[in-house]
Amino acid sequence: MKTLVARAFSSRLFWPVAMLVVLVVINVIAFPGFLSITVKDGHLFGSIIDILRNGAPMLIIAIGMTLVIATRGIDLSVGAVCAISGAVACSIILGSSDPGSITTVATAVAVAVVIALVLGLWNGFLVSVIGIQPIIATLVLMTAGRGIAMLITEGQILTVNSPPFKAIGSGFALGVPIAVLIAAVIFAVAALLTRRTALGMLIEAVGINPEASRQAGVRARGLLFAVYTFCALCAAIAGLILTANQTAADANNTGLFIELDAILAVVIGGTSLAGGRYSLVGTLVGALVIQTLVTTVYTVGISPIVTMVFKAAVVTAVCLLQSPATTAAIGRWRRRLAPRVAVEVAS
Amino acid sequence: MLDTAQARPPAPAAHPEPIIEMTDVSISFPGVKALDRVDFRMFPGEVHSLMGENGAGKSTIIKALTGVYGIDEGTITVNGTAVSFAGPAGAQEAGIATVYQEVNLLPNLSVAENIMLGREPRRFGSIHWKAMRARAAELLAQLRLDIDPASLLGSHSLAVQQLIAIARAIDVDARVLILDEPTSSLDADEVAELFRVIKNLKEDGVAILFVSHFLDQIYEITDRLTVLRNGQLVGEYLTEELLRIDLVQKMIGKELATLDDLSTRVKQTANEEDDAAVPSFVVARGLGKRGTIEPIDLTIGEGEVVGLAGLLGSGRTELARLLGGIDRADAGASVTIGGAPTKLRTPRQAISKRIAYSSENRREEGIIGDLTVRDNIILALQADRGWFRRIPKKRQEELTRSYIETLNVRPANPDALVRNLSGGNQQKVLLARWLAIAPRLLILDEPTRGIDIGAKAEIQKLVYSLAENGMSVVFISAEIEEVLRLSHRIAVMRDRRLVADIENDGLTVDELLALIADGSAVDEPELPATTTPQRGDGS
Amino acid sequence: MSTLAPERAPRSEQPAPRRSASRPALVERVRDVFTSPKSGPVLVTAILFVAVFAVGGVRYPAFLSGQVFLNLFVDNAYLIVLAVGMTFVILTGGIDLSVGAVVALSGMIAASLLQSGWSPGVVIPLILVITSVLGLLVGLMIHVFEVQPFIATLAAMFLARGLCYVISQNSISITEPTFVALAVTRIPLGGGLSITPSVVIVLVVIAVAVWVLHFTRFGRTVYAIGGGEHSGMLMGLPVARTKVIVYVISGFCSGLAGVLFTFYTLSGYPLSAIGTELDAIAAVVIGGTLLTGGFGFVLGSVLGVLVLGIIQTIITFEGTLSSWWTRIFIGGLLLVFIILQKVLTSRRR
Repeated sequence: MKTLVARAFSSRLFWPVAMLVVLVVINVIAFPGFLSITVKDGHLFGSIIDILRNGAPMLIIAIGMTLVIATRGIDLSVGAVCAISGAVACSIILGSSDPGSITTVATAVAVAVVIALVLGLWNGFLVSVIGIQPIIATLVLMTAGRGIAMLITEGQILTVNSPPFKAIGSGFALGVPIAVLIAAVIFAVAALLTRRTALGMLIEAVGINPEASRQAGVRARGLLFAVYTFCALCAAIAGLILTANQTAADANNTGLFIELDAILAVVIGGTSLAGGRYSLVGTLVGALVIQTLVTTVYTVGISPIVTMVFKAAVVTAVCLLQSPATTAAIGRWRRRLAPRVAVEVAS
Repeated sequence: MLDTAQARPPAPAAHPEPIIEMTDVSISFPGVKALDRVDFRMFPGEVHSLMGENGAGKSTIIKALTGVYGIDEGTITVNGTAVSFAGPAGAQEAGIATVYQEVNLLPNLSVAENIMLGREPRRFGSIHWKAMRARAAELLAQLRLDIDPASLLGSHSLAVQQLIAIARAIDVDARVLILDEPTSSLDADEVAELFRVIKNLKEDGVAILFVSHFLDQIYEITDRLTVLRNGQLVGEYLTEELLRIDLVQKMIGKELATLDDLSTRVKQTANEEDDAAVPSFVVARGLGKRGTIEPIDLTIGEGEVVGLAGLLGSGRTELARLLGGIDRADAGASVTIGGAPTKLRTPRQAISKRIAYSSENRREEGIIGDLTVRDNIILALQADRGWFRRIPKKRQEELTRSYIETLNVRPANPDALVRNLSGGNQQKVLLARWLAIAPRLLILDEPTRGIDIGAKAEIQKLVYSLAENGMSVVFISAEIEEVLRLSHRIAVMRDRRLVADIENDGLTVDELLALIADGSAVDEPELPATTTPQRGDGS
Repeated sequence: MSTLAPERAPRSEQPAPRRSASRPALVERVRDVFTSPKSGPVLVTAILFVAVFAVGGVRYPAFLSGQVFLNLFVDNAYLIVLAVGMTFVILTGGIDLSVGAVVALSGMIAASLLQSGWSPGVVIPLILVITSVLGLLVGLMIHVFEVQPFIATLAAMFLARGLCYVISQNSISITEPTFVALAVTRIPLGGGLSITPSVVIVLVVIAVAVWVLHFTRFGRTVYAIGGGEHSGMLMGLPVARTKVIVYVISGFCSGLAGVLFTFYTLSGYPLSAIGTELDAIAAVVIGGTLLTGGFGFVLGSVLGVLVLGIIQTIITFEGTLSSWWTRIFIGGLLLVFIILQKVLTSRRR
C-alpha cells in the first residue's frame, strides 16, 4: 500500500491528475449537475461531453505536438495549418456543384489533409535537412500560413452549408460527438503506432541523447520528418473539426493560439520541453485540464476570456515546478528529511 | 597520498617563493573525490605542467585555481596570502588568467573587444573605441601579432585566437597564466609561435601552467612537472631530471594483479597461433583524418584482440572512432572487411557491417539515461531493424534477461532507468547493447574507466571469452597492464601517429611504457639516466 | 572545436608565422563584408529596401515622395520601438513572445485610466513602469528558474492578454485632450512634409538604443552573451544581470510601443496587436540579427521594419494585391534570411 502511494506520488501523471481532480471538484461544488450525463435523442449530453467535444481539436494537435516535443522540437505552425486546412476544405465544398454530397466532403477533407502533409514535410525538411532550430523553422510557416489561408479564402469568411461537413464538427455517431470519436481514433493510432512499433522508443532516444542515438545507428532524419508530418496531419484534422463546427472557414481566427494551448497541454502532461520521455496519456490529461479550466472559469461565473490569466498562472506554476532550481531545492529538502532512505537507495 | 614522504625538488634560485601554493586541497563531487589532499605550487618565471591521465584531477586543479570550483578542504595562497575565489572574476583579480583549450572568447566580437572586454577604456561614460583599439594593438604588437584589432575574432584561425586569448590574459597583468591544452589544434609553426610567446612571458616573471598531452612539447617548454593520478598527488619533479619513461609510468601507475591466470592464458593462445597466420578481418590502409590523426595502416585479425596503447590525446580514441564510423575518415582511406572494400561513413554503415564502437564518453555518447535498461540494450539492434519491425516483446525480455545475467548487471531490473545505475553497470548495459547486434568487431574505448574493480575484472574476462569465440576486439585503456593482459597484439599511438604495431609476445610493462613514451625501447642517451633520482611512486 | 581547423576566413589563410598585413584586394573585402554574419544580412536588407523603393517608384509616380518614406515611420512607429526592444533580447539568444499582448495591455491601461480622469503625465510613466516590471519578472523566471525564454514569455503573453479582458472586454476610445493632441499633432518639416511626435520619440529610442548597445559595457555584454554565455561568464562579465535586464528593456519598449500604438488608434482594445510579436521578430531577423544571438544592429532592425512597411505600402498602392500577401511576403523573407544566416554561420564555424 505504502509503495502504491509512493509510486503514485512519483508518477509523472500525479500532478496533472491532481489538478484535474481539483478542477472537477470545484465544478461539482459550483454546479452539482456537472458530472451528470443525459441522453437526448440517443445522443449524450452534459458538461463532461462538452469538455470532451470542445477540447477535441486541441487534444488532437497536442498529440502530434507531444511527439514533436519528444524529439526536442516544437511546432509553432499548427494554428496556421488549421486555418489552411479549413480554408482548403471550405473552398472546395463551396466550389462544388453539390456541397451536400459525401463525395464532395470526402474530396475536400482528402485534399486538405494532403496539403497539410506537404506542409509537415516542409517543416521536417527545414529542421532535419537544413538543420534550422525547430522554433525558428516553424515560425516561418506560422507567419506565412495565415496569409496562405487568406489567399485561399480570398480574404472572406467562407460559410458552407454542407450537412456532412457540419457533422464532423458537431455531429454525433453512436451517441458520441464525432469530434470526440476522431480524437479517440487519433489518440489510439498515435499510441499504437509509437508503442506497438519501435517508433516511440527511437523518438525518445533521439530526444534524450541525439549523439548516443546516432552512434547506436538511429537515423534521426527520418524520425523528424515523421513527427513533423504527423503533427501537421493532426493540425489539419483539428482545423477541419474547428471549421466544421462553425460551418465557416475564418483564416484569421481558426486555430488562433491553439499552438500555445497544445504546447501547454503537453507540458502539463509531464513531457519536458527538453525532449525525451513523453506520455500521450499525460497529454490527454493535460488537454482535459486546460479545457476543464476554461469550463470552470465559465461555470464559476467569470468571463471566459479571462481564462488567459489562469493559463498564465498554470504555465508559470508548471514551469517553476519543473525548473532545475526547484528540483534541486526539493532534492535538498528531501535529503534533509529522509537521510536514511537515501542511504538505503545508495547501498 | 602516494608520495608525500619524498622531498620536493628545490625552488628556482631567482624566485624562491612560490606565487601559488595549494596545500592539502580536496574537492569532492557526488560520488567522486576529484582531488584528495593534493599539494601544488608554482614559481614565478617557470613553466610548470600538470601531468596525468583521465580523472587524474588536472582539470579540477585548474578549475579550483580559476575560481570555477570552490575547494572543500585545504588552502590556496597567492603570493603568500590565503585566498578564496568567488567565481572566475575573483581569480582574475588575483592575477590568475586562463586560456582554455576551447578558446573561451567571443567569435562575434572584434579582436580588440575580446582583449579588452570588461576593462574597456571609457570617456564621458561611453566606450572609447579608439583608445581600446590602440591598447589592443599595443598588446598584439607585444606578442608580435600583426592583425587588425577591429577584425572579427571568428575570422581568425584557432592559433591566432589562442594568442589573442593570451593577449587578453597578459593585459589583466597576470602573474599566473594557465594554458589548458593550448596546442591541441595547432600545427608545428603555430606551436613554435606560441612557445616564443611563452618564453617571453616567462622572462617577464610570469608563472605559467602549461597543460598538454604532447610529451615532446612538455619536454621542450616546461621546467617543472606535477604528476597526479586518480585525484592524488604522485609527486613534483624538475622536467630535466625526470626520464620520459618514468614520467609515463608515474602517470599510468600500476594495477594490482587481478587477472594473472587470464594473462598467462592469453599469452598461451597467442603462442599457439604464432605459426598459423590469423585470417584478417578488417584491413585499413591510410585511415586518417586531417587535424585529428595521421593516416594509419592497421590490420585486425579474426578473433584477435588488438590493444590500442598511448596516452590520452595520442590519437587512440580518434582511430577507434574512424573504425567505428563515428567520424568520417578523409578520402584516400581504404577499408576492407572480410576482403570486401567497405565505406565506414556513418555508425549505421559500421553497424550493418557488424562493427560496434562503444564510446569512452559513456554519459554523453553511450547511454540514453532516461530510457530503461531494456530499451538501452535493444537500441542498436532495433535501430538496425528499422522502425516497424519491432523486436517482439518476448525476444526483448529474453535478450535483456540473458545479458543482465551474463554481465551481472545490478540492479537486475530491466525496467530501471539507466541513469540511476552505477558507472560500472551502465558500462555493462552499453556492452550488452553492442553484444546484442552480434558484432564481428567490437571496439571498446576505455570500457573499464571509472568503474569498480569487480566490474572491471568481469569486463576483462568477457573480452577474453568473446575473442576466444572468434570476435575481433579493439581494446583501449589508459591502464597499461590491462592492455598487456588482454591483447594479442598492441598498436601504440603517440602524438597522433601509429608508432608501433607489435605482437604481444612476452612484452613487458616497461617495454610498452618505453614505446608509449618515445617510440623506442631504449632510453634517450642525452638524458642523465644515472643521475635521475629514483623516486618511488608506490609501486 | 576541431572542425574549426580546415575552413577559415580568407584573411587568415596566409600561413606565414609572422602574419603579414597585406590588405586583401577590394573585391575580396567586399566579398568579406557580404559573407560576414555580422554585416551580410543587413546589407542584403538595405539593398532589398532600396530595390523595393525603386520598383515602387517606377510603377507608381506618387510613390517616390518624401512623405511616403516618412509615413513608413509614422505608421510603424510602435513596431520600430518593439523591434528595438526585441533586438536586445534576440542578441542574447532569447526571444520575447509577450510584446504584442503587452502593447494591447498598455493600450487598455491608458484608455481606461484616461477615461476615469487620470492625467496622461501620470498614466504614461505608470504604463512604462508596469511593463518594465513585467519584463523583470520574465527575466527572473528565465534566469533564476532556467525556464526557456519561449515559455516564460508565453506565460507573460497569456497574462497580459488576460489582464486586457479583466480591464474591459470592449474597445475604449480615448478623448482626453492632451493625449489626443499628442496623437494628432503633425510637426511640419517644410516642403509639405510632416511627421508626428511619435516619430520623434522613435528617433530618440533608436539613438539611445544604438548608444547603449555600442558604447556601454552593458551593450557589449549583450553581444557577448549571444556570442557565448559561458565564455562571457569566464571573462568575468555580469552575464546574469544583463540577461535579466534585456527583458526589462523589452518590457519597457513594449510599454512605450503600446503608448505609441494608442496614439495611432486612439483607443484600447483587448484584441489589438495580435501577432505583432511575429512582426517584431520578423523585422529583427530580416534586419540581420541572428536568431541565435550575437550578431545584429538596432539600425538593422529599424531597416527590417521599414522593409515590412514598404511591402505593405506597395501592396496598398497596387490595389489589386490583397493585404494577406503581406504575411506571405514576410514569411518568405523570414525564410530567406534564416537560410542566409544558416549558410553564413555554418561557413564560419
